[in-house]
Amino acid sequence: MQIDFIAILPEIVLTVTALLVLAADLALRGDAKQFVNPLAAFGTVGAIVATVVLWGSERVTFGTMYVVDDFAVLFKLLFLGTLLAILGISWRYVAEHRFFQGEYYFLLLTSFIGMMLMPSSRDLIMLFIALETVSVPAFVMVGMRKRDLYSSESALKFFLLGVLSAALMLFGMSMVYGFAGTTDLVGIAAAISGETASVPLLLGSVMLVIVGFGFKISAVPFHFWAPDTYAGAPMPVAAMLAVASKAAGFAGLVVVAFIAFEPVADVWGPMLGVLAVLTMTVGNLIALQQRDLIRLLAYSSVAQAGYILIPFGLARTGPEAAVVNAAAIEAVVFYLIAYAVMNLGAFGVAIAVERRTGLRSIADYAGLSGRSPLLAMGLTVFLLSLGGAPLTVGLWAKFAIIEAIAVDITLFGIVLATFLVVNSVIAFFYYLKVVRTVWMDQAPAGLPQLQPGFNLSAVVVVLMVGTLLLGVLPGLVTDFSSVISIVAAG
Amino acid sequence: MSPIGPLLLAAFLFSAGVYGVIARRNAVLVLISVELMLNAVNINLVTFQNLLFPGDPAVTGQMFALFIIGVAAAEVGVGLAIVFNMFRNRASVDVDDADLMRW
Repeated sequence: MQIDFIAILPEIVLTVTALLVLAADLALRGDAKQFVNPLAAFGTVGAIVATVVLWGSERVTFGTMYVVDDFAVLFKLLFLGTLLAILGISWRYVAEHRFFQGEYYFLLLTSFIGMMLMPSSRDLIMLFIALETVSVPAFVMVGMRKRDLYSSESALKFFLLGVLSAALMLFGMSMVYGFAGTTDLVGIAAAISGETASVPLLLGSVMLVIVGFGFKISAVPFHFWAPDTYAGAPMPVAAMLAVASKAAGFAGLVVVAFIAFEPVADVWGPMLGVLAVLTMTVGNLIALQQRDLIRLLAYSSVAQAGYILIPFGLARTGPEAAVVNAAAIEAVVFYLIAYAVMNLGAFGVAIAVERRTGLRSIADYAGLSGRSPLLAMGLTVFLLSLGGAPLTVGLWAKFAIIEAIAVDITLFGIVLATFLVVNSVIAFFYYLKVVRTVWMDQAPAGLPQLQPGFNLSAVVVVLMVGTLLLGVLPGLVTDFSSVISIVAAG
Repeated sequence: MSPIGPLLLAAFLFSAGVYGVIARRNAVLVLISVELMLNAVNINLVTFQNLLFPGDPAVTGQMFALFIIGVAAAEVGVGLAIVFNMFRNRASVDVDDADLMRW
């Protein structure tokens, strides 16, 4: 079998970097250990270069298991950009908390290798391996603060729910295999569409596969791990789980739903639409009562997952469905990019405030505007953007979803749009509550000086500029996200 | 040979695993129950491969089963480490004791 090494070069670069990081950690002693961080960042930049040159080409390797097209490249760039930002916000946090630094960066890179595999997978086995490569290092990273009760508890919860959902998904995959006789996604689609009457057992299996991804994206019946895990995990890991791991789950869901299960889209489409409504409503309503900023961000990320699920609810099957499905995928991709920019920024600010002081309840953010105007400004922009305010990228992200609904207006689409709008209003209530605390309330006396450090400040500034720039010129991303189409391939 | 027998065995094992995950409070036993579920998947895959698609030159089902065995081993390694760490911190592996965080 011929292997196209150019197509998997980004993954190879990341793998080599991960191993180098592990080796460097052995060689370095004491405070010098923190310099594995720039090493990892260097490797990430290399992987970005290797990915960018793949734009516009269509490469297929490992049989038909692995496809690098524009869809995959866009997702890989999203993951690598997220990785750079997370490396930036973890450096001093990890160095100061006396983590197992080499192991932390190694696991982080390994998890991202799994994410890189996800949008390229065109085979159930590959998808499963990618999903587990994302999850297993994440289980360890969540429990990285070994002597911390919260950390070990959140790791246990995350792990048990993670393996349970993986087992359910595998059972679904095995049934799909038994039905189709192949694990190739295109082959599965062909086998399913050959069936005239829908088979309940097959539909059940399809649902089980979707459950596995539903866990990763923390859609509502499977969201219980998310707030506890985010709150107990080291904060950069929480940022990773909230942004990158969720985007990877969506990448896998897009691939498996729109390629393999496209012929039964009339069944999973409405189901995911209902899940979207539940997810955003439950997430927003519980977020209203949170007093801890990380838990608020956790529930807000559950709600955001609900928004991103809306386009899945629009999916159709049949020959004329390609337009609708393409618009839906485009909305998902654009929302994920916008979400990554604004949510990473919010976590960055939370890390800057929590570091050294350990303060994380919303009341502790009182008077942040006086203590650090930059961080206060950043937090305001990110939270407003998460809510969907004008002049920020969040507005265009929601607009992209409405646009996808408007391609072919149906009653269900209108219902989904209504829920989107109503939920955005609810979400503004708790986002603005934080913003008010930051700007209006008096800071309690005797708080220590905030020292975000150069890396963290740089990441926050870059993400803030990105949020505002994309809010004015969304075309910078949509020019690229609009040309992707994996529907035609399916 | 009819695939009904092995498939029923797999379905039974899977259900037993689900029951174990829901009913057991000991984290190690929950892990074992998840392993039961994964092995049910393996029986499923091997049955389909051997009895329904014996002509497949890539032996997809058995390859899939091998991958699942490998990944399950990694998962158990990580899982036992997490449970062990939890035990060192609070001298209990009862999942109901993990209740520091609610809502």
